[in-house]
Amino acid sequence: MPYHCVVCIKQVPDTSNVTVDAMKEDGTVNRAALPAVFNPDDLHALEAAVALRDQYDGTVTALTMGPLGAAEALRECLYRGANRAILINDRRAAGSDTLATSYILSQAIRKIGQYDLVFCGRQAIDGDTAQVGPQLAEKLGIPQVTYFERFVEVSDRTVRVRRNVGNGWEILEAKLPLLITALDTANEPRPSAARRMMQYKRARTVAEVERDVAASLPDAGAEERDIAQANVIEKLKRRGLLIEQWGIDEIDADLQWCGVAGSPTKVHRVQSIVLTKEGFKGIEPTEEGVRGLIQELIVDHTLD
Amino acid sequence: MIEPNRQGEVWVFAEQEDESLSDVSLELCSKARELADRLKVPMAAVLAGWNVRELSYRLIAHGADTVYHIHDTRLEHYRTLPYARVVCRLVEKHKPQVVLYGATPLGRDLAPRVASEMRAGLTADCTDLEIGDYLERKSRTEHKNLLLQIRPAFGGNIIATIINYDRWPQMATVREGVMRLGEGDPRRKGTIVDEKAEFSDVDLAVRLIERHREKRKVNLKSARTIVAGGAGVGSKEEFQLIHDLAGAVGGAVGASRGAVDGGFISKDHQVGQTGTTVRPALYIACGISGAVQHRAGMEESAKIIAINWDREAPIFSVAHYGIVGELQKVIPLMIRAIKEK
Repeated sequence: MPYHCVVCIKQVPDTSNVTVDAMKEDGTVNRAALPAVFNPDDLHALEAAVALRDQYDGTVTALTMGPLGAAEALRECLYRGANRAILINDRRAAGSDTLATSYILSQAIRKIGQYDLVFCGRQAIDGDTAQVGPQLAEKLGIPQVTYFERFVEVSDRTVRVRRNVGNGWEILEAKLPLLITALDTANEPRPSAARRMMQYKRARTVAEVERDVAASLPDAGAEERDIAQANVIEKLKRRGLLIEQWGIDEIDADLQWCGVAGSPTKVHRVQSIVLTKEGFKGIEPTEEGVRGLIQELIVDHTLD
Repeated sequence: MIEPNRQGEVWVFAEQEDESLSDVSLELCSKARELADRLKVPMAAVLAGWNVRELSYRLIAHGADTVYHIHDTRLEHYRTLPYARVVCRLVEKHKPQVVLYGATPLGRDLAPRVASEMRAGLTADCTDLEIGDYLERKSRTEHKNLLLQIRPAFGGNIIATIINYDRWPQMATVREGVMRLGEGDPRRKGTIVDEKAEFSDVDLAVRLIERHREKRKVNLKSARTIVAGGAGVGSKEEFQLIHDLAGAVGGAVGASRGAVDGGFISKDHQVGQTGTTVRPALYIACGISGAVQHRAGMEESAKIIAINWDREAPIFSVAHYGIVGELQKVIPLMIRAIKEK
């Protein structure tokens, strides 16, 4: 039987390569200067969904919440086998913690409607919380299997899944719908397919269409631009190249659970770790150097 | 969610598997005891399972005033939904102000599920917890005695302090090994409160078909600090330096494959893809060049110090602090600085 899969992905700043270019004068990290990358674990979530669909038929819908630039990550999902891509973009969603994020994603999935499996990466490298998956499962009212390694058995509406719990493994049996969070050891993500890249490189969100049209018709009046935009959007839609773009209103989300208002956790204070040129702090192999290091570790609670 | 409740207890979710408590649960009891004393409220543990009532006494010895104990055959092995049901119902009933979980695979599966159902805040992977005040700028409201949840974020490039002042309980998962594991006092007195669990069919729908656990002799997983030596240490005799530094910081001894292959130490200590994956608060890599297989097993450590004579060693690419120098010189300096502090 066919399985309809939703894969939640995230575009993240590349925290693994914080270089001097990304540092502000005061030694803090300038997030905006970091290259945006596809969150590594999410590639494995996508692969798990695409492989399941290829074997049993069905669909894979890639879903992300983020800035307009996250459309790039959605195109990558299309290159790697997704059938459909949806961007949730709304200023009122900014500042969402994991709870608010999972609520917004759950509303988007409700709007998608029919689904059998939701896949997420285990965690994102900008926060490392691993919370959105389980929280999304709860919001959807479905069970979760975290730390997914592989399907042991897929039969009709029941799946058996092997999960890795660090000091061992277990096999769980669950009825669909089910949410899965994938480990990076789950599979080997397929590369982007050249044929699909040719096909989907012109996939656009509405915001991107607006930008492109404004650039190509700089002197046009508002009405002319609107008509041109509507034409392009119609054409993209027909060819399956429109990356859908939804806001809070489209997914019928209650504002009290979105963004800063919907987020119980607040950042009280941030201490930056001062990085130098090579991305780390060099310590002199002298008595003063070492003593300063130990002091620093005590101040930031690493040593007690 | 529950309203802020200043009389609420400080709770620890007591993680047990096969009738044995995880170290992190006991570490959290000591920390929770400290926080509860500061807040002048009782400290309690939630212990769910089947035939695990005996474990209550260890929780009491480590600081619990009360143990909420749930004995149910359906809780014999951990499954997300029944355990989440138990914790949510107890939170609604007793309204604790703080709930702490170990940031173990189990804790990181359970806590977000509970937080979502309670619509409460949750901070992942804390490395420290304190009590402190917070001034909300917009409304000029001062929130006193909040749980300050301190954690590395952004790939370890920043340390963030997170708070939750309105949608309680204040919840956090805490890394294994970062809080001190106390001795416990077997003479401490506490109360065991037996609670009942009720489950719907939906709660029990996921079935555990098969499970397998490995036993490890050297407990690297729960160490707050790991001092690891590599091939660059040179010999088994020189490896004593690694043991000495580990002794000074109260940490565990780790090793790279190079050190194990060189016969400096047993394989139980090996960190990396073929050894143990660790994420302590502090990882000190001594004479480890940092092959990708080793880095994969330790790069999630909150802080990494690399000591190596070779300034080009790849280990420096994941380190937060690097010392280019000879171990024989640098390690004694570190030991002295730690003893002085």
